[in-house]
Amino acid sequence: MQPVLKVEALSKQFQLYEQGKLIPSCADVHLEVQAGALTALIGPTGAGKSSVLKCIHRTYLPTSGRMLYRDRDNHVTDLALASEHRILELRHSDIGFVTQFLHCLPRKAALDVVAEPLLARGEGAGGARERAAELLALLNVPERLWGVPPATFSGGEKQRVNLARGLIARPRLLLLDEPTASLDPATTGRVVDLIERIKAEGVAMLAIFHQPELVNRLADRVVELTPPVAATELLETCTS
Amino acid sequence: MNPGYELPQNEAGYSFGFLDEYAKREVRRTVLKAICIPGYQTPYASREMPMGRGFGTGGLQVTLSLVGPGDTVKVIDQGADDSVNAVNLRKFIELTCPHVDTTEHTRDATLIQSRHRVPEMPLTEAQVLVLQVPYPDPLVVVEPSEARRKTMHGEGDYSRLLTKLYEDIVQFDEITISHRYPTRINGHYVIDPSPIPRYDVPQLHQNRALILLGAGREKKIYAVPPYSQADPLAFDDVPFRTEDFTDEYGRRRACARCGAIDSFLDELIDDDGARIWQCSDSDYCNERLAAAGKQEVARA
Amino acid sequence: MNQMLEVRNLSKIHGRGCPRCFDSTGPDMDTNICAHCGSVVAAHGVSFDLRAGEILGIMGESGSGKSTLVKTLFFDETPTVGEVLFFDGERQWDLFALNAAEQRWLRNHRFGMVYQNPHLGLNFKVSAGGNIAERLLMSDLSHYGEIRERARRLLARTEVLPERMDESPKKFSGGMQQRVQIAKALATQPPLLFLDEVTTGLDLSVQARILDLILEIQQELGTAMIVVTHDLGVIRLLAGRTIVMKYGRVIESGLTDQILEDPQHAYTQRLVASSL
Repeated sequence: MQPVLKVEALSKQFQLYEQGKLIPSCADVHLEVQAGALTALIGPTGAGKSSVLKCIHRTYLPTSGRMLYRDRDNHVTDLALASEHRILELRHSDIGFVTQFLHCLPRKAALDVVAEPLLARGEGAGGARERAAELLALLNVPERLWGVPPATFSGGEKQRVNLARGLIARPRLLLLDEPTASLDPATTGRVVDLIERIKAEGVAMLAIFHQPELVNRLADRVVELTPPVAATELLETCTS
Repeated sequence: MNPGYELPQNEAGYSFGFLDEYAKREVRRTVLKAICIPGYQTPYASREMPMGRGFGTGGLQVTLSLVGPGDTVKVIDQGADDSVNAVNLRKFIELTCPHVDTTEHTRDATLIQSRHRVPEMPLTEAQVLVLQVPYPDPLVVVEPSEARRKTMHGEGDYSRLLTKLYEDIVQFDEITISHRYPTRINGHYVIDPSPIPRYDVPQLHQNRALILLGAGREKKIYAVPPYSQADPLAFDDVPFRTEDFTDEYGRRRACARCGAIDSFLDELIDDDGARIWQCSDSDYCNERLAAAGKQEVARA
Repeated sequence: MNQMLEVRNLSKIHGRGCPRCFDSTGPDMDTNICAHCGSVVAAHGVSFDLRAGEILGIMGESGSGKSTLVKTLFFDETPTVGEVLFFDGERQWDLFALNAAEQRWLRNHRFGMVYQNPHLGLNFKVSAGGNIAERLLMSDLSHYGEIRERARRLLARTEVLPERMDESPKKFSGGMQQRVQIAKALATQPPLLFLDEVTTGLDLSVQARILDLILEIQQELGTAMIVVTHDLGVIRLLAGRTIVMKYGRVIESGLTDQILEDPQHAYTQRLVASSL
């Protein structure tokens, strides 16, 4: 079966003009994500795991490499070169991203924050809220918090709202950046169940997990990243 | 003006109708252009007249440019032939236009110069009505810049004028404009119809006579050609309405003099201090009285 | 989503201009004033696309040309050169090839503008309701009751107290004035709205509620918007894509999260760094 996402020789460097520095973040990353399977990214801090996810989401502009995404119509798009409008379309309908941090409207109730991706697709407010409520319940978010903006929530609560928001729209490709980082074991268990469930539904996932046991339990494929050679060293090796 | 003074007839300084032939031609050209573009304020030179601006010099220049031997001229001021402004203008015309008759009867006139009224008696295709205009531009209340007003007229953009009417209704529950009611001519230009009362505005619509409006100080002439569409600005649900002459018992007030219940009435205080109403159009009132007198004679 | 606006090579020079204007201004020259003739190059070579229902941010400091850009699109200013196509359903408009009446029609019916300075967008001589009525009257609505009802609904939608609709906006707070402006801009349900620094100078809490309102409206009506601001927070909250301008030139454009997290241009990096 053709992979949903195929990343080839992806590299990302940050050029910081103010400091006059070139900082490599990840280098020569190769990976594949299949439908209904989870690929886990592992590696030490500084290996650029999050950068890879952000490049795929195009929050970062990759420096080199290809990121080939195969859509429902079997049409392949290189996310590195796709137009901004195409990326926005894919984010809207195909690619979901759950980060450790919640970026959302400061004054919106949790329930609406979760329901928003469905509303943006033009679904009715009633149905969208119902689905949002289901997910929040499933993720153990106390019902009294649903009508409150998540800005005041604890880290774990925020993260669950974020997960619910990322999962509600049932993307074809889901990027997960430490989705259980600040959750208690019971809730972590529920999240794991949920991930298994949507995997069974055929969603392709690329994930970073804090806990190795989650990688063992959930990953169908593991890609290990090593920290890239620092730019200064790179220059030295080139000139020597 | 000294009634005993005779204008030298054959001296080069004065030609027929006081204005020199070139000036009259310029006014006539302007009048033609104004007729071609109904409601458009056509600029013209506006000569100095031997009277102050504001005494009807705009209307007078139009009248003097159009009048010829064989014409019969009537001059009215607020409906009356005998008020000071009307009398003076009539005398001036008599003095400067030999062989031109003047009259007080609307029916007999070929050319009627009027200040602030349209005669009650329906006009005919053979008549021309000249109205004296102090302020020709209805947009002046909402836009101070003439350049921008011209653009607004050109594009038929009268939304700000309508907004003023909206504000009137909000504040006073009705449109409070009593005179100079903005009126759209043939679906495009909105004119200031001169300070005629609202009562006279419907008379502009499909009138058989040519109506010319002349502003001397502002140097503009515009026209409502015969059988033109004239629509006072209004809202679909707040229609234009004319002055209401019903009394406290809901009856239409009648003229205290001739008894007419179909004319524009002036409110007066009689010798006993009581309020009475009387026709503003003195010719109309007199005609009715004369007709009634004849009837009485016939009956007797 | 369908293309709505195609801006190509838009330039605006204030002043008489000379052949060397463009070469002697811009971010590289660190000025927008031509050293040879003293003209101000407010914008040069600006090109971008806008899709229906999209919010595009234009970011830059004062003097970057961002306001000039939207004022040109709204016909408040005429460009020196450039072409803009506006796709409106079946129709396609070449904005700067239109005559004044056509431009005015588009302004009234298909575009809306909310200015930083409410004096530019509102007529303080008439009531708040009258301001909305004016725009409705421009679009040939002539039923007083209906105009009043629509004005009331629009003001209610933008959270202006209906009992204040007959007061002059002169008496309103800055935030309320912006709400009246937004209601006025929306009166004819335009598919495209220009917002020029609409929250600048307002209290933070007032700013937040105006921004919420704008987002709600965007979601309800699917109105495309061009949001001009120097405030990264506004950009982050509203815009899907962002253009960064300096001295009249576009120096960077991209997805908003990318511009904020991975800015490519030295100037944008400084701008983002200084806001954190």
